[in-house]
Amino acid sequence: MRGTVVSWLLAAPLALVLAVFLVVPLVVLVAVSFYDYDSFRLIPDFVFTNYIEVFGSPVTWRTYAKTFWFAGITWAITLMLGFWIAYYLAFVVEGTGRRTLLFLLCTIPFWTSNLIRMIAWVPFLGRNGLLNQALLGAGVIDQPLEFLLFSDFAVVLAFVHLYTLFMVVPIFNTMMRIDRQLIEAAVDAGADFWRVLRHVIIPLCKPGIAIGSIFVIVLVMGDFVTVRLMSGGQSASVGLMISNQISLLQYPAAAANAVVLLAVVLLMVAAILRAIDIRKEL
Amino acid sequence: MPGRFGRGLLTTLFGAFVLFLYGPTLTIMVLSFQGPDGGLTFPMNGVSLHWFGRLFEQQAVGDFGASVTRSLILAALVTAATVVISLSAGMAFRRRFTGSALLFYLTISSLILPSILVGLGIGLSFNQAELEPSWWGSALGAQLTWTLPFGLLIMLAVFNRFDHAWEEAARDLGATSWQSFAHVVLPIVAPSVIGIALFGFTLSFDEFARTLLTAGTDNTLPLEILGMTTTVTTPVLYALGSMSTLLSFLVIGLALLGLLRYRARA
Repeated sequence: MRGTVVSWLLAAPLALVLAVFLVVPLVVLVAVSFYDYDSFRLIPDFVFTNYIEVFGSPVTWRTYAKTFWFAGITWAITLMLGFWIAYYLAFVVEGTGRRTLLFLLCTIPFWTSNLIRMIAWVPFLGRNGLLNQALLGAGVIDQPLEFLLFSDFAVVLAFVHLYTLFMVVPIFNTMMRIDRQLIEAAVDAGADFWRVLRHVIIPLCKPGIAIGSIFVIVLVMGDFVTVRLMSGGQSASVGLMISNQISLLQYPAAAANAVVLLAVVLLMVAAILRAIDIRKEL
Repeated sequence: MPGRFGRGLLTTLFGAFVLFLYGPTLTIMVLSFQGPDGGLTFPMNGVSLHWFGRLFEQQAVGDFGASVTRSLILAALVTAATVVISLSAGMAFRRRFTGSALLFYLTISSLILPSILVGLGIGLSFNQAELEPSWWGSALGAQLTWTLPFGLLIMLAVFNRFDHAWEEAARDLGATSWQSFAHVVLPIVAPSVIGIALFGFTLSFDEFARTLLTAGTDNTLPLEILGMTTTVTTPVLYALGSMSTLLSFLVIGLALLGLLRYRARA
């Protein structure tokens, strides 16, 4: 009994912070999504107009489609890239020292603010940017490519740039825990590279893949800055739609949208967790 | 295992990935030394510190000095709170207690909820309670919902591998629970605690998604940068980027140096 009290006391600060800054805000968010409002104030009420507007507007559906599209493409690319980078670090690089060194090399860019790392693409992709200059110089194109910056291409590129490491780290972790004797056994039994990959490595990496996927998908689904900066305001995402409503002070509408986004994200996470059991990773 | 060709291919991929990670940031670092007449892209029009000087002029950009100070203070507060709260919760989670599963899942949700949702929720709560949002109040709390899950997960990983025999030995020798914590547990987990501090600092110093709707009227550094991205079209933006990167590196470098020294002594 004394043990429980001590545990409670030790856990209390965490519980308190989460209660005040997570649970209460979520409750308020849900409550406000049923409020009425005019241009000056929120009117406490219980109306469904905000939700009716969310689901009734074709803009919502288009924006969700676009956001899923961003999430899907970013997920596919970061998974492919992240898996092979993790594979390289775990199975090709030899020696703990070298492995740590190369791993650190990948994490150092993350000490720079995400915003700066987005802006950093401007001198690269712009009309007079490095890439266009190089391509023009090499004679590959005779007109600067316009789609490089302020486009969906730029948005996906920035997402991949920012979030691939979130895929690499958990996959690398699970790979490092694979017993090397299992792979040797598979090779001795005659399995070639692809069979080892398919029947030994990938199944054992699934928890890492799931954790990385949750990170990437949630980050993209809720994003409201990358899409705005990299598309130059020409593309949309759910997060951006919510942040626009906030800047117009339409809080109940924004709250209703946020509650829908919350439900969608939770469903996606639940789907991933249903497909892959990550409990032993936690 | 991949053959020689496969290994070569993966090495090339890794090299390209590193280049992809570093290239853009290095480019803007170079470009922040543009001459006074230089633009946002190459070629370099001379080399100067002009744009760094402009940073400190009040009218050129918002208030750079004040926002840096705010961000550093906020990051220090967040770091301290994250370390203490995660360490304490980590100790609690070594035993199962009523509500431990609920608290654990709540912490994980805090990590995976979209930031804009958390920010909006906190902003609305303060609004409804008629409290003034501020960077040292509501934004501090908003950032903790982001740093604490990382802190707790690191602590859980550490205590998973912790050998309880050390503590038992301390108790057998007559140590009180506080003594065994201060003289046995803490020194062993100290490197991870410094790791949590580093994590907390970087996450807070760069955070904007949860801070944007909760910081009130005064901007932190990332919010200042965010505002500048739409209004500033000179290399002063790059100079700001280089400065903020330099600051992060400085703090992390000093902390790592401290860690190495600590290890050498231990």
